[in-house]
Amino acid sequence: MAKTVYKRPKSLKENIFHYCPGCGHSIAHRIIAEVIDELDIRGITIGVPPAGCAVLAYNYFDVDMIEAPHGRGPAMASAIKRSLPDRVVFSYQGDGDLAAIGIAESFHAANRGENITIIFINNCVYGMTGGQMAPTTMLDQKTTTTPLGRNKTLDGYPVKVSEIFSQLKGVTYLERCMVNSPVNINKTKKAIKKAFQCQIDGFGFSLIEILSPCPTNWKMSAVNSCKWIDEVMSKEFPPGVFKDEIAAARKAAEDAR
Amino acid sequence: MNKVLMSGNYVIGEAAIRAGCRFYAGYPITPQNELTEYMAEHIRSVEGGVFLQSESEIAAINMIAGASAAGLRVMTSSSSPGISLKQEGISSMAACELPGIIVNIMRGGPGLGNIRPSQGDYFQATRGGGHGDYRTIVLAPGSGQELADLTMTAFDLADKYRNPVMILADGMMGQMMEPIVFKKPKPRVYSKKFMLQGAGNGKSKFIRGLLLDPIDSEEHNWKLARKYAVISISEPRYELYNIDDAEMIIVAYGTAARIAKGAIKRLRGSGINIGLFRPITLWPFPELQLRELAAKVKKYLVFEMSTGQMLDDVRLALQGYADIKFHGRPGGAVPTPAELANVIAKIYKRNY
Repeated sequence: MAKTVYKRPKSLKENIFHYCPGCGHSIAHRIIAEVIDELDIRGITIGVPPAGCAVLAYNYFDVDMIEAPHGRGPAMASAIKRSLPDRVVFSYQGDGDLAAIGIAESFHAANRGENITIIFINNCVYGMTGGQMAPTTMLDQKTTTTPLGRNKTLDGYPVKVSEIFSQLKGVTYLERCMVNSPVNINKTKKAIKKAFQCQIDGFGFSLIEILSPCPTNWKMSAVNSCKWIDEVMSKEFPPGVFKDEIAAARKAAEDAR
Repeated sequence: MNKVLMSGNYVIGEAAIRAGCRFYAGYPITPQNELTEYMAEHIRSVEGGVFLQSESEIAAINMIAGASAAGLRVMTSSSSPGISLKQEGISSMAACELPGIIVNIMRGGPGLGNIRPSQGDYFQATRGGGHGDYRTIVLAPGSGQELADLTMTAFDLADKYRNPVMILADGMMGQMMEPIVFKKPKPRVYSKKFMLQGAGNGKSKFIRGLLLDPIDSEEHNWKLARKYAVISISEPRYELYNIDDAEMIIVAYGTAARIAKGAIKRLRGSGINIGLFRPITLWPFPELQLRELAAKVKKYLVFEMSTGQMLDDVRLALQGYADIKFHGRPGGAVPTPAELANVIAKIYKRNY
C-alpha cells in the first residue's frame, strides 16, 4: 500500500489558484492551510483577506472569511477578535495594504497588542493593479510608476515594516521569512505556526512578513525571482526573528496563575 | 418608568446599550465627544461589551463592520467631517449587507466648517454618501425622547433589512438636556446564518463586496434595489403638527422642526395658521404622505439649517401639486423661534 506523503490540506478548497506561475501567494496560502489543519482550528478560524491579488482568498481557504476594504484588515480583525475572543483571527495583507493605505490600522492594531495574527506578503510591488511602486519597492527598482527606478529623493525609501513594528510594545512575536526555496518555505511555515500558537495561547499580536516573488511584475522568470529575493531583496529586508516575547508572556501568564 | 434628565449624546449611548449594542468604536470629534465618552464608561461594564477608541474614523467604521459580521449589535458615531471619512465603510457595509448604526451629530460645513449645529449633510446621508448604488436608512430625531426611541428603532431596522442605519442629528440635539423615559427595547431578531463566527464542523462562509463578474454584480445591485423598494414603502415616518386648519405648512426636520414648532406657537392668534410636516425618516422620505397633504393645503415653506437640500425631496413630492418656498440658515447659524416666526409671517403675507 502506498503511503500518502503529500496531499491537499483540508483547509484549502478544491479550487485552482488564479495566481500567476511562480507567485508566492499560492505557497503562503498552502502553508497557512497546513498550519490550520495541524493546529486543528479550521472551525474556529476567521480570515480577513485584503484588496489586492489575494482578494479572492476566500475561494481558496476553507475557513470563514470577510473581505476588508483596502488596508482595513487589522481594524476588522481587531473587532472580530474582540467580539469573539476564542476564535483565531488572521488578516492577510500585501505591502501596499499594510505599509501604505493601511499603515494606521496595522500600526495601531499592533500597538494595542490585539491578539491577532497578520500575514504580511511583501513583494515590493502593487501586484493586482499592474505593478506600480509599493512602499516596499527597492531603490532603483523599476515599476510602472517608477519607470526609471525608485528614486530616493522623489519617491522615498523602502518601508521596513518588521524593523518598525518590532519597536512597538504591543507586539509579541514578529518574524521575517521568505518563500523562495523549500528550506525557507519550511521556516516560514514554522513561523506561521508559532504565530498562530501565540494567538491561541492568548499571548498577543504576531506578524509574519513573507518576502514573496512576483515574477509577472518584476518581469523575471520564476527562478530568477527566487534568486532576486536572495541576492537583492533580502539584503534590504533581512530575514529573522525581530521580536519574540512568547516565553516572557508565558511566564507572566503562569505567574499570574 | 422613571424619567431621567440627560443630554442628547448620552441619551443615544444609553439607548444603544439598552437596545443590546455590544460594540462601539469611535474617534474624537466635536460636538459628539460625550457619546464616545459615555460608551467608554458604560459599554465595557455590560457583559460582552466592547469599546474601542479607533485610530481614525475609517478604522472605526471598519471595526464596526467586523464586529457586525461577528454577530454583535454595533454602533459608531462622529460629526460631519468624520462622517465623510466613514463613507468607504458605509458603502462596504451596504454592499455586504451588514447591519450597524452610524450616528452623525452634524456641525457646520463644508470642510472643517465649525462646531455649531447644522443640517448640511442631508444630501450625503440620504443619497448614500459613499460610492455605488446603495441607500442608508436615515432617522432624524426631533427631541431627546425621540433620540432614545429612534436609537432603539435604528437597531431593529438595521437587523431587519441588514443595512446600515444613520441617526442624523446635530450639535443642538447632542448637547441639549431633556427629561427622557427609556422604553423597553424589543428582543433582537437576527439569524445566526448571517454571522461569521467560524465554520465549526460545517461549511465555511465568506462575506464580500467584490463581485468581479458584472452579471453577478448587476444582480446584487438589483437585489439591493428590491430591498430598498420595500423599505421605501414600509418605513417612511413623519409627524403632523397643527395641520387641521393650516393654510401653510412648514416642512422641517430635527432641530429645524423644533424651532419651527416654536415659531408656529408664537404665530397662534395672529390670524396666521401654520402647520408642520416633520419627516422622521429622511430616507425613505415620506414622499407620498406629503403629497397626500397637498390635496388639502397648497402652500409650503421648507425650512432647513442649510442652503436647501431636503428641498429637493419636497420638490419631488410636491412639484406641480403645491407652491413651495424655502428659508435656510446654513453654516452653523441657528435662528430663534421668534426670528423664524417673523420670516414665516413675512412670507405668508407677501405671497398669499
